[in-house]
Amino acid sequence: MTRPNPALRESATFDRRAIAEIQRAAETGIYDIRGWGAKRPLPHFDDLLFLGASMSRYPLEGYRERCDTDVVLGDRHAKHPLHLDIPITIAGMSFGALSGQAKEALGRGASLAGTSTTTGDGGMTTEERGQSKHLVYQYLPSRYGMNPDDLRKADAIEIVLGQGAKPGGGGMLLGQKISARVAGMRTLPEGIDQRSACRHPDWTGPDDLAIKILELREITQWEKPIYIKIGATRTYYDVKLAVKAGADVVVVDGMQGGTAATQDVFIENVGIPTLAAIPQAVQALQELGVHRKVQLIISGGIRTGADVAKAMALGADAVAIGTAALIALGDNSPRFAAQYEALGSAPGFYDDFQDGRDPAGISTQDPELAKNLDPVEGGRRLANYLRVLTMEAQTLARACGKSHLHNLEPEDLVALTVEAAAMARVPLAGTTWIPGALA
Amino acid sequence: MAAIVSERTVLDVAESGTRAVNSALMAADVPAAVTLANPRGAHALACGLDRDIAVTVEGHVGYYCAGMNQHATVTIDGSAGVGVAENMMSGTVRVRGDASQSAGATAHGGLLVIEGNAGARCGISMKGVDIVVGGNIGHMSAFMGQAGRLVVLGDAGEALGDSLYEARIYVRGKVASLGADCVRKPMRPEHLTELRDLLTTAGFDADPADFTRYGSARHLYHFHVDNAAAY
Repeated sequence: MTRPNPALRESATFDRRAIAEIQRAAETGIYDIRGWGAKRPLPHFDDLLFLGASMSRYPLEGYRERCDTDVVLGDRHAKHPLHLDIPITIAGMSFGALSGQAKEALGRGASLAGTSTTTGDGGMTTEERGQSKHLVYQYLPSRYGMNPDDLRKADAIEIVLGQGAKPGGGGMLLGQKISARVAGMRTLPEGIDQRSACRHPDWTGPDDLAIKILELREITQWEKPIYIKIGATRTYYDVKLAVKAGADVVVVDGMQGGTAATQDVFIENVGIPTLAAIPQAVQALQELGVHRKVQLIISGGIRTGADVAKAMALGADAVAIGTAALIALGDNSPRFAAQYEALGSAPGFYDDFQDGRDPAGISTQDPELAKNLDPVEGGRRLANYLRVLTMEAQTLARACGKSHLHNLEPEDLVALTVEAAAMARVPLAGTTWIPGALA
Repeated sequence: MAAIVSERTVLDVAESGTRAVNSALMAADVPAAVTLANPRGAHALACGLDRDIAVTVEGHVGYYCAGMNQHATVTIDGSAGVGVAENMMSGTVRVRGDASQSAGATAHGGLLVIEGNAGARCGISMKGVDIVVGGNIGHMSAFMGQAGRLVVLGDAGEALGDSLYEARIYVRGKVASLGADCVRKPMRPEHLTELRDLLTTAGFDADPADFTRYGSARHLYHFHVDNAAAY
């Protein structure tokens, strides 16, 4: 291989990726659609550190003293709130975007670990309901597959206003993933592109939404917790309006949150980082006097138990994972390196969830490819991963002297960068300085 | 606590409240005919019904009356607010007066009859329901309509059938404008027949030959950059 001439200088503005994208756009005349979430560097949980206990704080004994992890979601109005063993839930991902095997595996893994999974845009499948001890049913603008029977089968209802990968945007499931079954569930012809609206068809603002929530409660006899999911943008105001509309649980999805198919320009340029969204949401809840009464679920870029613990220390009651759950099932596995290469990608880079040719059998409706995912084995892998996240979070909480993950607090955190300190509203490490905080 | 005590029970909404009335309507397991008195614009009334029951509402109702209806026959002897019969699956809902916006939104089945006018977005994202409107309908009606039939005896507002999928639209009066990918189509014998049946079922005396059929041109079924201006 020829070594590059050291005198060559790459433009920081027009780097190789920017040049390649201009060339691709000029060649095809169409923007890039892909899956995954934001890939650009963002201030994130990696920029925070825990202050473990020493003299001024008293730690709990690792491996000996209890550090509880359970969480109750939706006890504000619902007769039957969810009681989960761990505060790590599975985010909404549709059957259509994902194979039936993947949905089943998510249900199996979540149930083994004692947590919930969530439907997506496209309705509830029997595989998912059958394998999910706790299933959250999403209520989306498209209302694909929406029906009162499934609504009553659900354990909670999540009204989706937006998601972190595309706040303000609807969805597009491309025709190659529209099998007969997917089309039937969505009442649309097989093989055509399916547009999901970005606005709900029968309400237009928080006052209307309050009445919509009343209707859903009436239909389900006030049994089910009602979540409201928003993509992180004007989070402070949106959370306040969600509470006003009557939410039992607010879900805030930061811009690192994933998607099955959205324009790259949208994913990378709309929304705010998860780290910046959490303090805004918590402030809104605290000012309304409902923090810990209306539960807050945070998603968008959760990978490790440290991420879980940091989100909870900042004030979340639970987190949701999507991309990480798919990776646990086998997405981007080196096992499929040859197949990824044939698609022009590689393990660690594959994000073409929109085109239905996923060799891991996850983001596909091709029955042959879907066979590459064993739902039982996938469920086992997901459960393992969820347990590791939980144990990691417990380890950090015990080091901070906390007997429950919910006892973690912002005071346990410092930031490594000025940006993270300002967004997370915790001091820069080694200082008492929180940029932007009033003295 | 409201309760259905005979085949012809009258429940007072103002006195009992929406929760008690809906609970009573859902709870009884025998065919029944129930009159709801004094609705006073209550929201979410008679929603989520899932059985053979005939409900007559004596007056105007608020949002989402008869939402997600299954099997029941609901008659509103007044006007209805936003989203009447939204996401209905089966059964019949009849509005004697006018209906606000999003009537029959996303409904999968059954028959919605509006004897007066309907506001904007009538039949938005409809997924199999039949909607018959005696008067006019507002703008963006049948937006992204996927399946089912929308019949309008009066006029239709702007952007009728925008981004239409497979829903069929019949309008007797004027259409202010058609939305993207919605086109006028010929009335073949089978369309005259189905329209006659729909009008008869809905209780309207009108000649199917006076109507024009609209449907999807199917040009936007697959995203293509050449159609970018239409999106």
